[in-house]
Amino acid sequence: MLEIRNLHASVEGHEILKGVNLTVTAGELHSIMGPNGSGKSTLAQVLAGRDTYEVTQGEVLYEGRNLLEMDPDERARAGVFMAFQYPVEIPGVNTAYFLRAALNSIRKHRGLEELDAADFLDWVKDKMKLVDMDERLLNRSINEGFSGGEKKRGEILQMAVLEPKLAIMDETDSGLDIDALKIVAKGVNTLRSADRAIIVITHYQRILDYIVPDFVHVLVDGRIVRSGGKELALELEEKGYAGMEQKNAATEPVAS
Amino acid sequence: MLQVAQKTDDYLSRFAQLEARLAGDGAALLLPIRKKAIERFAQLGFPTTRDEDWRFTNVAPIARTAFGAATRDGEAVEAQQLATSALMQADWPRLVFVNGHVAPQLSSVGELSGGVRLESLAAVAHADPEALQQHLARHADYQDHPFTALNTAFMEDGAYVHIPKGVYLEQPIHLVFVSTADAGPVVSHPRNLIVAENGSQATIIESYLGLGDGVYFTNAVTEIVVGENAVIDHYKVGREAQQAYHVGTTQIHQDRSSNASSHAITIGGALVRNDINTVLDGEGAQCTLNGLYLVSGRQHVDNHLRVEHAKPHCDSREFFKGVLDGHGKAVFTGRIIVRKDAQKTDAKQTNMNLLLSDHAQVDTKPQLEIFANDVKCTHGATIGQIDENAMFYLRSRGLSEPAARGLLVYAFASEAIDRIQPQLLRSQLRQRLFDWLPEGHRLQDAQ
Repeated sequence: MLEIRNLHASVEGHEILKGVNLTVTAGELHSIMGPNGSGKSTLAQVLAGRDTYEVTQGEVLYEGRNLLEMDPDERARAGVFMAFQYPVEIPGVNTAYFLRAALNSIRKHRGLEELDAADFLDWVKDKMKLVDMDERLLNRSINEGFSGGEKKRGEILQMAVLEPKLAIMDETDSGLDIDALKIVAKGVNTLRSADRAIIVITHYQRILDYIVPDFVHVLVDGRIVRSGGKELALELEEKGYAGMEQKNAATEPVAS
Repeated sequence: MLQVAQKTDDYLSRFAQLEARLAGDGAALLLPIRKKAIERFAQLGFPTTRDEDWRFTNVAPIARTAFGAATRDGEAVEAQQLATSALMQADWPRLVFVNGHVAPQLSSVGELSGGVRLESLAAVAHADPEALQQHLARHADYQDHPFTALNTAFMEDGAYVHIPKGVYLEQPIHLVFVSTADAGPVVSHPRNLIVAENGSQATIIESYLGLGDGVYFTNAVTEIVVGENAVIDHYKVGREAQQAYHVGTTQIHQDRSSNASSHAITIGGALVRNDINTVLDGEGAQCTLNGLYLVSGRQHVDNHLRVEHAKPHCDSREFFKGVLDGHGKAVFTGRIIVRKDAQKTDAKQTNMNLLLSDHAQVDTKPQLEIFANDVKCTHGATIGQIDENAMFYLRSRGLSEPAARGLLVYAFASEAIDRIQPQLLRSQLRQRLFDWLPEGHRLQDAQ
């Protein structure tokens, strides 16, 4: 589904991704772990189409198409979804309206009938139960006045509504208390399916107690330095990122 | 300069004709005021950008155009032409003016309860001029405002609204000013007087709209007198034609514990200047001045606010928002004067602008003059562009670039529209906003 080959990306002339290789197949859940400044969020943003990052080398294929040539909205309609690390507050834009507009743009692209307000409401109410969200949030402006936990759950709600093929969670677990973390994890687990791939980008091992990845990758200084199964997360927890770097100092990074 | 002086002379010679025509009419009672006003206009002349109050607005295009007097061709306009634009479907008491003159066949005053008067000012000036004497031209200052002086000299028609003591008028009163300008540049000087006696309450909507593509000039003045404990909500909706000039003053005088709101919405016109002035002249009075301007092409829109806190314990709130596209230009001046005795004044001013193009321009200027020592005055002005983070967020969920942009502009502007109380007017203006927005119709379909 997704193939990242030797991806280099810079912001303001400063190289952050220095050759990322990663292959993700439908049905898989990958976790990318890394310390601050390793390039985790840059990778997520580049995949979602943020234009503040310049891709200087490499390529990204999504379902065989050149992802990097697609506009952010084109990617979304094609089934790519990124849960934001910092969801944006948009005063004056009603959440229900926004979600329906987003869903309908994607449904239209998929050749499905667009939902009217009433049908949409039924659709979304169901999904809200999944993330334990109050329906009243639908009538508020997007993320405005939401607590940190509500914003992150809101991202999972959007993912549930939009039903992407490839979902990238950018530190969705950061800053959550244990109850919110469990809700987010439950949402992600429910959304795992054979035709969907999920990439969970995280700083902390904690979320992997609730979401069991098929693969774990360690990103350090713009490169994936280790890849393995779920046990790699535990090793990381024990040794820390510094241990990973030392161990790999002499070897070539392993791509999955 | 010579040319401009000549145009001033045009107005002076036309005044002589008016004077001769009015002699012997009941309306002659107003002649002394007219004379003072035209004399003052002759002294002031048209303002230039050297005048502080006109620094950012050049009225030379108005000064150098030879405008003819607007004809009384109200009959030429059919109700159908106004149907949607003038909210003709609304069941509101309505007076319609065409090129400055009342058009009875388009108006519908109906039965007004409680002794409320809604009449043509010209008719009242002719038949019952004493009714006007107490307030007409007593509030809108023509000593320092050349256009108000011009209006005062030439005022012929407009609305006279009188709400007696304690009367609550449930339906808004709608005053519609239509200009047709297919036969060369014309000028009209609509003049309204709205008097709300003590303890009364009413909503007044003034709509200005243009039919046709010609050049015309609307020079309007509305005086609103709000008695003790009275409540007045006033809306001025400016949808003049593309080549129109509009200069208008809304002058509000507020007595003790009164509550006045004014909403100035400007969507059309080539050059628009709204002066909105209120004098809080009784303890505990409150005013809210809201506004929205949508400016594109080469339009120029100037909102000039003056709030005078003359007495203690008064609150004023100003909230103006603008969206500018193309080579549009907007000016906002918010002058707040707090007199020596006006202790415990609470004044707040906000002006927010959203620029959609690199060529659009805004000049925004708060101006506080505070002579009391126990007051709260805050002001804030912002000029910003579309938030790129918000754009990316919306697009990352599948909204196209124009749809995301339209949605953000809509959200910005609708904050001002949400403040409009009459539901019909609010939905009409929301519709106008959709019309104005690029891809607005697609947005609207999804609502």
